[in-house]
Amino acid sequence: MNTKDNFLKVKHLYNRAGFGISYTDLEKLSRKRLDKVVDSLLKDSQKDDPISLVNDFESRRQLLVQAGLYAKKDLTDEEKKMRQQIIREQNDVSRDLNIAFITKMINTDAPLREKMTLFWHGHFACRSNNPFFAQQLNNIQRANALGSFKTLLVEVSKSPAMLQYLNNQQNKKGKPNENFARELMELFTLGRGNYSEQDIKESARSFTGWMYDKDGSFIFRKNLHDPGTKTFFGKIGNFEGENIIDIILEKPETAHFIAGKVYKFFVNDSPNEAHIKELATHFYNSKYDIASMMKKMFTSDWFYSPENVGTKIKSPAEFLVGLSREFYVTYNKPQVLIQLQSSLGQYLFNPPNVAGWPGGQSWIDSSSLMLRMRIPSLVLNDGEIDFSGKADPEDEAVIALSRTATTNANANSKPKSYVNANADWPKFLSTLPKGLTPLELTEFLLQPKLNTKITTMVGDNKGLRSTAVEITSMPEYQLC
Amino acid sequence: MNKNTNKMNRRNFLRNTGFVAAGSLFVPAFMKPLEAMALDELSLYKNLVVVQLSGGNDGLNTVIPFGNDIYYQKRNSIAIKPEEVIKLNDMQGLNPNMAALQEIYDQGWMTIINDVGYPNPDRSHFRSMDIWQTGSDSNQFLSTGWIGRYLDSNCQTCKFPYTAIEVDDSLSLAMKGQTKKGIALKDPAALFRNTNDPFFKAMLQNDKEHLDEDNLGYLYKTMIETSSSATYIQNTSKVYQSKFTYPTSGFANQLKTVSKFISSGLKTRVYYVSLSGFDTHVNQIGQQGNLLKQYSEGMAAFLKDLKSNNKLEDTLVITFSEFGRRVEQNASNGTDHGTANNMFVFGGRLKKQGIFNAAPNLSDLDTGDLKYQLDFRQVYGTILDKWLDVNNADILNKKFNTLDFI
Repeated sequence: MNTKDNFLKVKHLYNRAGFGISYTDLEKLSRKRLDKVVDSLLKDSQKDDPISLVNDFESRRQLLVQAGLYAKKDLTDEEKKMRQQIIREQNDVSRDLNIAFITKMINTDAPLREKMTLFWHGHFACRSNNPFFAQQLNNIQRANALGSFKTLLVEVSKSPAMLQYLNNQQNKKGKPNENFARELMELFTLGRGNYSEQDIKESARSFTGWMYDKDGSFIFRKNLHDPGTKTFFGKIGNFEGENIIDIILEKPETAHFIAGKVYKFFVNDSPNEAHIKELATHFYNSKYDIASMMKKMFTSDWFYSPENVGTKIKSPAEFLVGLSREFYVTYNKPQVLIQLQSSLGQYLFNPPNVAGWPGGQSWIDSSSLMLRMRIPSLVLNDGEIDFSGKADPEDEAVIALSRTATTNANANSKPKSYVNANADWPKFLSTLPKGLTPLELTEFLLQPKLNTKITTMVGDNKGLRSTAVEITSMPEYQLC
Repeated sequence: MNKNTNKMNRRNFLRNTGFVAAGSLFVPAFMKPLEAMALDELSLYKNLVVVQLSGGNDGLNTVIPFGNDIYYQKRNSIAIKPEEVIKLNDMQGLNPNMAALQEIYDQGWMTIINDVGYPNPDRSHFRSMDIWQTGSDSNQFLSTGWIGRYLDSNCQTCKFPYTAIEVDDSLSLAMKGQTKKGIALKDPAALFRNTNDPFFKAMLQNDKEHLDEDNLGYLYKTMIETSSSATYIQNTSKVYQSKFTYPTSGFANQLKTVSKFISSGLKTRVYYVSLSGFDTHVNQIGQQGNLLKQYSEGMAAFLKDLKSNNKLEDTLVITFSEFGRRVEQNASNGTDHGTANNMFVFGGRLKKQGIFNAAPNLSDLDTGDLKYQLDFRQVYGTILDKWLDVNNADILNKKFNTLDFI
C-alpha cells in the first residue's frame, strides 16, 4: 500500500463524505486500508444526534394559541400584540435553528451523517416559518440520513413542515390538491417523465386526509380521505398514502433518480451513466439501504479517479463549514453565518423552491466568487464586511412589525456588520507535523493538483499562517 | 460546441484582455468590433431597467380604483379617499404619495398595465418571486432567470460580461443564465479596487493552464470577466458626474448609479434594482405610503435625469412585484397575499401612454382575488421581441403574444 497515494484518497474521501479532515487524523487514517477507513467513517456516523434547540412542549402550546387567534375574527389589541410576539419569536428561533445546524456541521464527530443530512436537506427542500416544524424535519432527515430511504420518505411526507409547504393540509376528499403528489414524484422519487398526469391525480386522492393537528402532530383524517378506488401505475385499489409510496419504490426509476442525485452531490456534476447505474442497482437490491449505497460508492475505484478529485465546486455550506472546521473558528456573533450563507446563495432552511439549490456552477457568479475569495481573510484575520445580501420579505415583515407607521425607516439600509470571528491558530498549527513546509501545507489544503503558478507563489512564503490565509483565498480552494 | 475551438477562444480571450496592461485606460481587444461600428449604430443602444418591488406591493392602493364602490366596501379603514387620489381618469388614480409621478405621467412617459399575473398563482413570496424571475409556469422549476437566458442566447448585443448589471451586493436569479450571468455591484469603484488587489491580480497573472478545465476554468473565466468588466465600468463611468439632485434614499441611490452608467454610455443593456418592504399585513397605510413615496420620487428624478441627458428615448423601465394583495383588507389594517397586480412601464418612446387596459374587475373575483388579464410573460415577451431584439420563444421556452405598449 502506497501511503502517499492513500493520503490523497483519504483526504478526498473526507472532503466529499464529510467537511474536510485535520492533518493529524489524515496521517493516522492513511496508514489503514481504504475499505477500513470507509468502515470507520460509517461507524463514526452510526449514532443519531438530533438538534434539540426548539422546545417541543412550548412549541405545541404556542401552536394552540396561534390556532385560537387565527380562528377569531376580531382581535383585541392585546391579542394582536400576542400574535405579533409569536411571529417575532418564531423568526428569532428560526435564525437560531439555522445557526444550530451549521454549527453542528462545523463541530460534528459524525461528519458523514451531517453531510447526508445536508444532502437530504436539499433533496427534500422545504421552507417553514415555524422553527419547531423545521427542526422536526431536519431531525427526520438526520435520523434516517443513512437508514432506509422508505422510512425517510414516509416520515418526511408525514411531517407538518412538508404537509404545510406542499399544501397537503388543503388536500381533501372531493377537492384534491395535487401539489404534494406532484413533487413527491417529480422531485423526491421518480423524476420528471416517469409518471403521467393521471398518476398524479390518483395519488393526490390517496393522500387526502394526511394532515397535522392543531398542536402539530400528524393525523390521518378519515372523514377528509377519499376512500374510493384509484388506478395508479396500472394498479387498481383503494390506495392510501403508504400504498402509493410502496408502488413508487417498486419502480427502479426511483432508485436511479436518487442514485443520480447522490452521484451529483458526492462525485461529479456531470453524470456518468454507468456509475450511476451501478449505484442504482445496488440501492434497489439492498431495498433502499442508504448506508449500503454510500459504502458502495466510497469503495468504488472510480470515486477516486482523477476526474472526480478536486473538481467539484463547494456549496456555500461546504465552503463555510470546511473553513471553520479546519481552523477551529468560533463566531462571536454567529448571526454573521446567516449573512454569509445568504450572500453566497445558500441560506439553509430557505431553499429557493421545492427543487432545492441547483448547485454546481450556479453557485458562482462574479459577486459570489469575489466574496468567497475575501471570506478567508475576513474570518481568519477578523475583518469587516459590508455585504448586505438580499432582503428576505419575511425578515422585512418583522422589521415592519416592530416599526411604527410614522418612522421613515429606509428598508434598504442595513448596518455594516463585523465578522467578529476567531480562528484557533495555535490549535490548527499543533495538528501539523513539525517542519511542514508552506508547499506541503498547500498540498494538504487544496484538492486540485498544484500547478507551477501556485508552487511559485507559496515557494516565497515563510509562515504557515500567512500561507493558509492565502491558499484558502484562491479559486482552487473553491473546489473539493 | 467543439471543445478545441472553445479552448482556443478562451486562450485568445485571455491573451487579448492583457491584464498586465490594466490600470491605464485600456480597451480590451474583444471590444474592437464595437469600436469599428458607426457612431449612430452605438447610439441605438437600448437599455432596459427592471425595478423589483419585493414583498408583494398592494396594487389596489397604488393605482386606486376610486370609481368603484366595491373598493370602498372591502377596504373600510385603509381605502384612499376619492378626494386624495391623484386622478388619471374616471376610474383610476395614483396614491397621493406618488405625486412626483404625476408630471411623468402627464409627459406621456408612463404606462400602467392592469391585472398582470399567471395561471394558478402562488401566494408564497419566495415561490412567486421565483416564478416572476425565471418566467416559469407555476408548477415548473427553472434554475435560470429570464434575463440570464437572454444573456445565454448570445445575441449580437448581449455578449459582454457586463451586458446585465444588478445594482446590489448579490445577484438575483433573474440575472443568472446557464452559461452566462450578470454582474452585481453596488459601487463600481469598490469592485475596481477589489479586482486590482495585488493578490487577485497575481492569481490572474499568466494563468493559462486552468482554462481548459471544467469547473476551475469556469472560476478563472469568472474572475477574468469580473476584472475586465470592473475596469471597463470604472473607466467608462468615472468621469461622468450627474448634475441632477436625487432624493436621499437607498433606492434613489441605486437609480442614480444606473443613470450614471447609462449616461456615460456603458454598453450594458439590462439593469436591475429593487426596493423591499411591501409585505404590508399590518398598518399598511403608513408603511406602503413611505415606500411609494421613495419609489416615486426616486423614479421621477431618474427619468428627468435621463431626459436631460437625451437617454430617455433609449431607456425602458419596468416595475413589478411578486404578487398583488387581496381585494378585501384584513383585521389589522393591512392586506394579505393576493394574485394579479399592476405593472408600470416608463420611457420616452412608449407607444401606448397612460392606462393600457381596463381597470381590475372587482365584482368578478377568484375566491377574493383579482383575475389576471395579461400573463407577465407577455410583457417580458414584448420587451424581448421589440426592445432587446431577440425572439421571445427562445428565452421563454414558448412563444408569447406581444403587446403594443412599445
